[in-house]
Amino acid sequence: MLMTEDQQKVRPPTPVVIPRTEVPQKKVSGPPGSSTPAISVRDLSVYFGANQVLKRVNLDVPAQAVTAIIGPSGCGKSTFLRAINRMHDLVPSARIEGRIQLFGEDIHGDHLEPVQVRRRVGMVFQKSNPFPTMSIADNVTVGLRLNGLRKNSVLAERMEQALVMAALWDEVKDRLSSPAVSLSGGQQQRLCIARALAVQPEVLLMDEPASALDPLATARIEDLILELKRDYTIIIVTHNMQQAARISDDTAFFYLGELIEFGTTSKLFTSPSKKQTEDYVTGRFG
Amino acid sequence: MQNNCHLRRKLINGLMQVITCLCSLMVVVPLCLVFYHVLKSGIGSINWAFFTQLPKPVGETGGGMANAIVGTFELLGLASLIGVPIGILGGIFLSEYGSIRLNWGIRFGADVLNGVPSIIWGMVVYALVVLPQHRFSALAGGIVLGMIMIPLIMRTTEEVLRLVPNGYREAALALGIAQWRTILQIVVRTALKGIVTGVLLALARVAGETAPLLFTALGNRYWNHHLSDPIAALPLQIFNYAISPYEDWHRQAWAGALVLLLFVAIVNVSVRVLTRDKFAQTR
Amino acid sequence: MTTAVGNMPASKARVFSHGVAGDRLFKWLTLAMGLSVFLLIGLVGFELAHGSALALKKFGWRFLISSDWDPVNEQFGALPFIFGTLVSSAIALLIAVPLSIATAVFLTEIAPYWIRQVLTMFIELLAAVPSVILGLWGIFVMVPWLREDLFPVLRRTLGSLPLFTGPIYGVSILAGGIIIAIMILPIITSISREILRSVPGLQREAAYALGATRWEVTRIAVLSYAKKGLFGAAILGLGRALGETMAVTMVVGNRPEIVASLFAPGYTLASVVANEFSEAATDIYLSSLFEIGLVLLGVTVVVNALAQVMLKAFAGPTAQSPH
Repeated sequence: MLMTEDQQKVRPPTPVVIPRTEVPQKKVSGPPGSSTPAISVRDLSVYFGANQVLKRVNLDVPAQAVTAIIGPSGCGKSTFLRAINRMHDLVPSARIEGRIQLFGEDIHGDHLEPVQVRRRVGMVFQKSNPFPTMSIADNVTVGLRLNGLRKNSVLAERMEQALVMAALWDEVKDRLSSPAVSLSGGQQQRLCIARALAVQPEVLLMDEPASALDPLATARIEDLILELKRDYTIIIVTHNMQQAARISDDTAFFYLGELIEFGTTSKLFTSPSKKQTEDYVTGRFG
Repeated sequence: MQNNCHLRRKLINGLMQVITCLCSLMVVVPLCLVFYHVLKSGIGSINWAFFTQLPKPVGETGGGMANAIVGTFELLGLASLIGVPIGILGGIFLSEYGSIRLNWGIRFGADVLNGVPSIIWGMVVYALVVLPQHRFSALAGGIVLGMIMIPLIMRTTEEVLRLVPNGYREAALALGIAQWRTILQIVVRTALKGIVTGVLLALARVAGETAPLLFTALGNRYWNHHLSDPIAALPLQIFNYAISPYEDWHRQAWAGALVLLLFVAIVNVSVRVLTRDKFAQTR
Repeated sequence: MTTAVGNMPASKARVFSHGVAGDRLFKWLTLAMGLSVFLLIGLVGFELAHGSALALKKFGWRFLISSDWDPVNEQFGALPFIFGTLVSSAIALLIAVPLSIATAVFLTEIAPYWIRQVLTMFIELLAAVPSVILGLWGIFVMVPWLREDLFPVLRRTLGSLPLFTGPIYGVSILAGGIIIAIMILPIITSISREILRSVPGLQREAAYALGATRWEVTRIAVLSYAKKGLFGAAILGLGRALGETMAVTMVVGNRPEIVASLFAPGYTLASVVANEFSEAATDIYLSSLFEIGLVLLGVTVVVNALAQVMLKAFAGPTAQSPH
């Protein structure tokens, strides 16, 4: 029942784009900070009906790094995340102002369909949701298969790659055809990560991926994220500040729909420049 | 005084338990009686001839209901061609697309249609198909049964699709899968068992319908060879035999009833058994 | 905590179109199929109105109050059938509603798990029995029993009432009422059961905490809370009773008369159509039958709509929607 919003003119059907088979190599030329940011947000405001949930957010998310989004409940973290892969297109009352760029390309521009944006920007959800009617293998490859990739050899290769990257391969390699729901909670979440990685996105969005998991499983996910950042840009929403401190390079603090502060994690947590940030990270509220 | 009051309350409590239990038994009794009598009176006439022979001419004993049994299946097939695609696709629309107002309207309309007595459907298709063609036909019978199936399947499909958690839709869309593929290959696939259940139950329901066939399919004492000819159907045959004055026909009516009842009962029971693990009821 | 963006219930969605050809095509396809409902409603309404135009013109309002059903002289009045339908439905409700609600109470409040399962299966099976089979059983088993056993007893004991006087044939309006009752028992029971189940546990707990017995809890906390919904269930049963055709036709006697006795044969709106439609030789005859169909349709639709309204009103404030 999630819909797509018609804000553009009718255009001829776009051919299905099969993502490239190698892991993308991002060239970081020049001193750090001068490369194209993975996600560039300018004056982003999001409204649901009359309710303004995000207020003129400006942010540059660096490539091949982990950026954490923190803030108290209702501050707009998830809304911000979902704006990046155009999930709000599916909500009838949502309205977006401002500009979001994916490696320099406007994601709302005429060249990019929402479907294409979502193939380049993957998402992992809070509650793991492997498709219940499919096996582990089918779950991993579903993004590829339903976008037209049929060659079994390629599918098998990409599946193994994805499961290895998600640190799940060893645990499931002997039972790839068993139902996905037979895995434990932590394993299911890693399966969902593998599923997202199989499509070879450039950016990976994670909405509180470990909040429903026990500490052991959480630790594994965190280790995984640290591994993944070598090749992917990761934006992770978390309500767990310690987690943000552990795994992220940069952190953005949101409050009541506004981006209050954005900077390197170590600096934000030890000597934040805004008082609100300091109050939040020291636990005075939230 | 306290003790008396308490005793009285206890007695009433016990009495009400007994009464409600008895009432429940009374609800069960007609079913048991019907099954018993159908079995008793019908089993003797179930033989090879019954399943393979055509009805004998009026007054002669013997013969069977082969054409009625085949006819029912034929009508069910025709009805499915109409009812299943329209019903399922309509159910998909109600669950996955649309606006509040429009969907409420469609839902309300489907509920209204589901409450229309089946004989009215018969009259409608009579006027729509039989009159213009100047003939009773299997086609008309299939159409009327199909029309009855449409709102039935639409609502059950919608209900089942709504139960699919939104997380699956989101996950699929976040992978960049097109919406129509998401609906068909993820959502519908997850709900497939329930959708099939709804279709089977609708089939069992229209298999037993007599009234709408009275003036559409009409019935046929011989084999049906063309869609535009009348066709025999089991419930029709049972009805015609039951109200006839011939003993032998009464006997065959019971046999036909046994076959129909078994068919309907088996479909219903197996469908409920297959879905029972999904919907464990606690009270 | 996330704003429930992705969790918006399906009912809040709107129609959008999208550039991808597949999406657009599929959306329009399913829309067309969904709109078929309106097409069907239109067809039903139109054909019945069109078919009954002749009779409407000729008889007007008199159709509903005249008890002349005379195909030979081309005089048609629907009163006997309206009477028959109302009386048989009333009898059916009188029998079925108390039984169904008591059964629903038994199922939700009293019965242990396994009895519940078995009983539910039985009731669902009863719901699935085709009308014609019940009619068959009605003709050859129930009616003789009524004629030989029950009706004479009723006449002996309650014969002072005009309801239980007159000759006994077996086929009668009472037989029709009883068989309709059997047909509507399952639906009233299952809806009532849903309603009783939806009564919040807190209500029951509050009553138990006051030291009430099980029955008192049921009476105070459950039944009175569920009154509106149970009434809606009964109206829904009425809706089904009105449209019941085959089983009634086979046991009701098919005589268009208005008599006070329940032992007398009767005729319902649905039965007269079932019996006489194929034999209606003249246009006015057929048109009158169409008008009967129109009356039946109107009454059924109104009653069903009323039932839906009541059920939704009950469920409204306490709606525990799974969506």
